[in-house]
Amino acid sequence: MNIAETILFTGSSNWILNIVFIIIKIAVVIGVTMLHVMYATYFERKVIGHMQIRLGPMRVGFHGVLQPLADMLKLFFKEDIIPADADKPVFKIAPIIPVFATLSSLAVIPFFEGFVIAKINIGLLYLFAMSSLGAYGVVMAGWASNSKYSFLGGLRSSAQVISYEVAMGLSLVGVMIMAGSLNLSEIVKAQQQYWYGMYLIPQFIAYFVFVVAAFAETNRTPFDLPEAESELVAGYFVEYSGMRFALYYAAEYIGMIIMSSIAVICFWGGWTLPPVIANTIPALAVVPGIIWFLGKVYFHIFLYYWVRATVPRYRYDKLMALGWKVLIPLALANIVVTSIVKYMS
Amino acid sequence: MLPNLFFGYFAIVMVVLSLLIITRRNPVHSVLWMLVLFFHIAGLYLFLNAEFLAAVQVILYAGAILVLFLFVIMMLNLKEEITAERFIGEWPIGVALGISIIMLVYFALSKFIQGPVGQYTIEAINKETHTKTIGRVLYTEYLFPFEIASLILLIAIVGAIVLAKKRG
Repeated sequence: MNIAETILFTGSSNWILNIVFIIIKIAVVIGVTMLHVMYATYFERKVIGHMQIRLGPMRVGFHGVLQPLADMLKLFFKEDIIPADADKPVFKIAPIIPVFATLSSLAVIPFFEGFVIAKINIGLLYLFAMSSLGAYGVVMAGWASNSKYSFLGGLRSSAQVISYEVAMGLSLVGVMIMAGSLNLSEIVKAQQQYWYGMYLIPQFIAYFVFVVAAFAETNRTPFDLPEAESELVAGYFVEYSGMRFALYYAAEYIGMIIMSSIAVICFWGGWTLPPVIANTIPALAVVPGIIWFLGKVYFHIFLYYWVRATVPRYRYDKLMALGWKVLIPLALANIVVTSIVKYMS
Repeated sequence: MLPNLFFGYFAIVMVVLSLLIITRRNPVHSVLWMLVLFFHIAGLYLFLNAEFLAAVQVILYAGAILVLFLFVIMMLNLKEEITAERFIGEWPIGVALGISIIMLVYFALSKFIQGPVGQYTIEAINKETHTKTIGRVLYTEYLFPFEIASLILLIAIVGAIVLAKKRG
């Protein structure tokens, strides 16, 4: 039986009902994610504001809670300017690619027990595939804008994303070896056999490599060289305005949510609690898994803000040296050690 | 019916995309059409139940190799490239070569005999997942060719470093 038949004819005999059900699931996931994106921008400004002893947005609504709505309206009605010498089709398609790639990554993420849009065996590889596409949006924007700043940003980004993708992929190989599966739900379940219920402890090197690589993959500080406001103005999206600019912004935040979700699923036990806590306080079983999942994701998103407010931007050669000379050897060593331990036991 | 429809779509679109790739004047556009083509190849792999190959196709070809292509092409001076004359104007030779290759393929395909069903049927692969099956076959039956391939890649890496290294 092939994929098309699997989608259409398995499960309930009524395949129209199946498709409607899947579409509702997709709509809910995308809706909730976009809401998170809106408020992730608000909390970023608030968190960084308070870390720098400012208040952050205060004007729109109580303590500025309606600020994301105001921003969205503004971006929606802004004029869409396309530079005269730009490659128009590529310029127009470029911002759609990262949004498409990050939103389709959501399809394989299990948010809580049994809730996942597409339960596929190669979930983790699919996530890699989608995150590697994000680079195209940046490179194409940099090239199509026909501007030196954009072009430099695009070149930097393509080199950076390719380098850190290797480190990120290798860091998760340890998790794959321990879980013996690429299916994200099974990776979560495999972590329950330990009393601490997460791979964070045996795989702490992999976790470190993954988090650093995730910062670089999402172009966040301290690795935001493709944007680098102080040298490249805004890097690859300097020529973008209005809704297209907003798409890049949205893609960056969805990317952060995806990376945080991968970290939570692969290292923090996903929607589960560590068995030692769940067994000592049985009352916690009534709390739905999505609460734990979101709590862990929020922590990782906070980590992004925290680092942004703390660490200055890397120099470009240092960034490449860190990726190739520190993170990749560390990840490789972790794979060797994990394999030996798994083989021995 | 449905499998045929899927295959027909992929086959036609892939041929059209290949033509688009070789006829674009702007090399960046060629690379971007190639990206779409790689996705269709991945789709075809999925259609054949080869989910691991599909993922690797996108990760390696679309995600890494093609980005490097783009990286190099973007450094070229495209304004000259687009206005330059084509290198080869010999249409008759090209058409003759194309026709002879099509004839060759036709004669090869007309002698096609379906082989016996092997050990790895779709059911067997579905039972232990495609990734596991391909891993097992690669590291037992085909270990030697696999190691040779990795050695060739290693030599290429060393060669690239030697070429790029500053002398003196």
